[in-house]
Amino acid sequence: MANPQNKKTDSGSGFVYLPLIAGWLVPGAGHFLLRKWGRGALLALAILGMFSVGIAMQGKLYSGAKDILEMLGLAGDLGNGLLFIVSRALGLGGDQIQVTTADWGTRFIVVAGLLNIIAAVDAHNLRTGRKT
Amino acid sequence: MFSPSHFSHFAAVVLFALFASIVFGITQRATPRRMVRYGIYCFVLFVGSAIALSWVMFFIAR
Repeated sequence: MANPQNKKTDSGSGFVYLPLIAGWLVPGAGHFLLRKWGRGALLALAILGMFSVGIAMQGKLYSGAKDILEMLGLAGDLGNGLLFIVSRALGLGGDQIQVTTADWGTRFIVVAGLLNIIAAVDAHNLRTGRKT
Repeated sequence: MFSPSHFSHFAAVVLFALFASIVFGITQRATPRRMVRYGIYCFVLFVGSAIALSWVMFFIAR
C-alpha cells in the first residue's frame, strides 16, 4: 500500500534534477517522467499553446542582449528550452515588430518561457517530495 | 478566418489568462479540486482586472 514513507523512498533513487531539466527542455516532460500524465498534458497544452499563439502573432524571439530589457526578454525566451532553440533555428518569429499583435506575441513568448520554468520547478518539487 | 495576428485585445487577454491560469492552478495547489478552483480564481482575476483597468483608462482618457 502506498503511503507517504513509500513515496519518499520511491523518489529517492536516480538523478534528482532529471524532471527539472526535462521539464525545462520540453514543456510537461518533467511531469510525464513522474507519471503525472494529466498534469503534464495540461501544462504542455498551456505552454505550447501560449508559445504557438505568440509565434502566430508574429512575436519577436530575442537573439541578443544589447540592453537590460532585451536581456530580460532573452532570459524569458530561454525558459522555453528546445522550443526556443528550434524556433530560432527555423527562423520563426518576427524580426521587426510591424503590427500591434506582434508586441503582444512577444510577451506571450516570454511569459510561456516563464511559465515553463514554474512548471519545471514544480516537477522538481514533486520529485524531491516537497509537493505531492 | 481565425488568425492570431488579427486578434482583438480582449481575445488576447482571455487567451493569456486561460494559459497562465492553467499553469498557476496546477503548480500552486496540491489536490485536483483545489487546482481547478485556484485556476478559475486566477482566470477571473486576470480577466476581471483587465476589464476594470480598461474602464479606468477609458474614464482617464475622456
